[in-house]
Amino acid sequence: MANEQSNSANPNVDLKYRRKKNAEEMKQQVITFVMMIFFTVISFVAVAMEDFSHWFIKPVILLLAVIQVIFQLYYFMHMKHKGHGTIALFLFSGLAVGLITVLTFLTIVWL
Amino acid sequence: MSTYANKKGFGATIWDYLTTVDHKKIAILYLISGGLFFVIGGLEAMFIRIQLAIPNNDFVSAGFYNEILTMHGTTMIFLAAMPLVFAVMNAVVPLQIGARDVAFPFLNSLGFWLFFFGGVFLNLSWFLGGAPDAGWTSYASLSLHSAGHGVDFYVLGLQISGFGTLMAGINFLVTIINMRAPGMTYMRMPLFTWSTFVVSALILFAFPPLTVGLVLMMFDRMFGANFFDVAAGGNTIIWEHLFWIFGHPEVYILILPAFGIFSEIFATFSRKRLFGYSSMVFATVLIGFLGFMVWAHHMFTTGLGPIANAIFAVATMAIAVPTGIKIFNWIFTMWGGSVKFTVPMLYAVAFIPTFTMGGVTGIMLASAPADYQYHDSYFVVAHFHYVIVGGVVLGLLAGINFYWPKMFGTILNEKLGQITFWTFLIGFHLTFFIQHFLGLMGMPRRVFTFMDNQGLNTGNMISTVGAFLMAFGVLVMVINIIITSVKNEKVGNDPWGDGRTLEWAIPSPPPFYNFKQLPLVRGLDAYWVEKMEGKKEMTPAEPLGDIHMPNSSFLPVTIAFGLFVAAFGALYHMDDKSWTLPIIILGLLITFGSMLIRSIKDDHGYHIHKEDLMDDTDKGGKA
Repeated sequence: MANEQSNSANPNVDLKYRRKKNAEEMKQQVITFVMMIFFTVISFVAVAMEDFSHWFIKPVILLLAVIQVIFQLYYFMHMKHKGHGTIALFLFSGLAVGLITVLTFLTIVWL
Repeated sequence: MSTYANKKGFGATIWDYLTTVDHKKIAILYLISGGLFFVIGGLEAMFIRIQLAIPNNDFVSAGFYNEILTMHGTTMIFLAAMPLVFAVMNAVVPLQIGARDVAFPFLNSLGFWLFFFGGVFLNLSWFLGGAPDAGWTSYASLSLHSAGHGVDFYVLGLQISGFGTLMAGINFLVTIINMRAPGMTYMRMPLFTWSTFVVSALILFAFPPLTVGLVLMMFDRMFGANFFDVAAGGNTIIWEHLFWIFGHPEVYILILPAFGIFSEIFATFSRKRLFGYSSMVFATVLIGFLGFMVWAHHMFTTGLGPIANAIFAVATMAIAVPTGIKIFNWIFTMWGGSVKFTVPMLYAVAFIPTFTMGGVTGIMLASAPADYQYHDSYFVVAHFHYVIVGGVVLGLLAGINFYWPKMFGTILNEKLGQITFWTFLIGFHLTFFIQHFLGLMGMPRRVFTFMDNQGLNTGNMISTVGAFLMAFGVLVMVINIIITSVKNEKVGNDPWGDGRTLEWAIPSPPPFYNFKQLPLVRGLDAYWVEKMEGKKEMTPAEPLGDIHMPNSSFLPVTIAFGLFVAAFGALYHMDDKSWTLPIIILGLLITFGSMLIRSIKDDHGYHIHKEDLMDDTDKGGKA
């Protein structure tokens, strides 16, 4: 049943397990947060250095941006948790539809 | 509870419907307004056929013909087929999944009123200087040069009713994901619910491109932007892509619910489980998925290049595979079944060959090289009327006949229903079959007249005769509805006697809370499962308890009405009239003011108490 509520909001259930779980999650969030800042710094530095060609910097920044979005969705917006299958399905279907549109515009509309 | 049993006056009934958030009443609102627009669109179709009955006719002028033609397409797709589909969805889906209402009842009502005011706005163009005249596709190269305000009515009206459709789609997604009764897994959902689910996902992804396209068009026409104006550096092809990225999924948004309705009807009246249920689900999802990859087959002749044409041609032909799966499953459902030819079943049986013919011409049109010959001819007109009338309209007529008892508690007359069926079906084939050949003989689409001695006279005359037969069928149906409503002979829970799904386990029409106790679903075709074990009703999944219900609200009407008012201001703004800005502001104030009231006013709904739900039959101590 999809609308079944788990009782995990009850703070007295599995206190020890929940503490451990929370600590773990906190650790992951801090790590991803640091990495995201680090990625941002890399992007700024890469542009500021002026030593690399545009053809190198642009894809790298885009790649770092994609990784940041994934971090954001999975670690901060809890998409890695259970019960987010439907959300993931719709998110990726929407992404697919959007990307096909972009691809079309890049290949057969504007060229 | 007792207040609901009282007889209400006419005014109170109107107020009840204006403020209702009950999915069953919203379904009736969709049915009435969709039916009304269907009649308007039908009248426009009759004018088209009268004009084309004989060569060089002057029944209407060329300009007026363009308006009729545009409004026929736009009205039939957006204002007749869509709301009628939503009428059936609203009436049936919550009952089929064992829910007491949709997830967001207020939003459901708002969706309806946005659609309604959008539709009224669009049709007011007839009285305010001329309707849109650039075709229902409203290609930018044509619509940007359309004089008058017709196309502005199109842009703003569709924008408003599009909001409503998007809301309805999201509402059904949330409802089906979250509000299924205990035991109702995804793979136990009736096929109509499945098709509603897929269709809602299509709405979610397909309507934003339309919204974007309409916004760009609005800026081009009303505020001097140049997105589509080639002379000013724009690109007119962008509109075509945006429109068809929406437009192709849109036709699946219409046909998939019809497939769902037919699946229910075939299983019910063959008195057999639907053949290949899981492959039907798979095919429905696959059609929805492929529906987003084929839009450019509407644009083969715009010069996309051979590679793009080939890709879209192959993708289009691939859709024949899941559709074929469905056709064969329906045939196999009837095979060996104990078939009962009621009116809905007649529609269902007639649908198979009719829709297959539309599908076959679809494959012909999908071959890009051949399409250069068919393009913009009556062959295309014949094709899409075969799939839309032969699929969607037959599906809706079948669904309305099938679910009429559940919606109104009365059953439509079989004899009159058969007259409607035969006249409509024969009229339909007379009208459109010949148009294939008119197209192949070279008669172009969207022309207001044709010349004598070109071999087109007989075909067009036959087509017009057929259109009158269809109109006669619809007229008989209206008479049938009036007679049935006046007689008002109530029927029981399961008037067809062979109901398989949850909606047939509860009274017709259902009480406003639907299920006193949520039912326990123990398999596909939940009610049938219980029947086969000799039970008369569903096993409850919960003890009798208080039921939480939403309060009625007038705010959806005012929110939608505000946008309707603002749209008039926006429309005339480009004429440099002084009153337009105040009107825009006034309209938006009404809309956002209503939204503010909705936000700050606490409205927790109310409870129907357990004691009020208990009647004599419950006192024995059942669950």
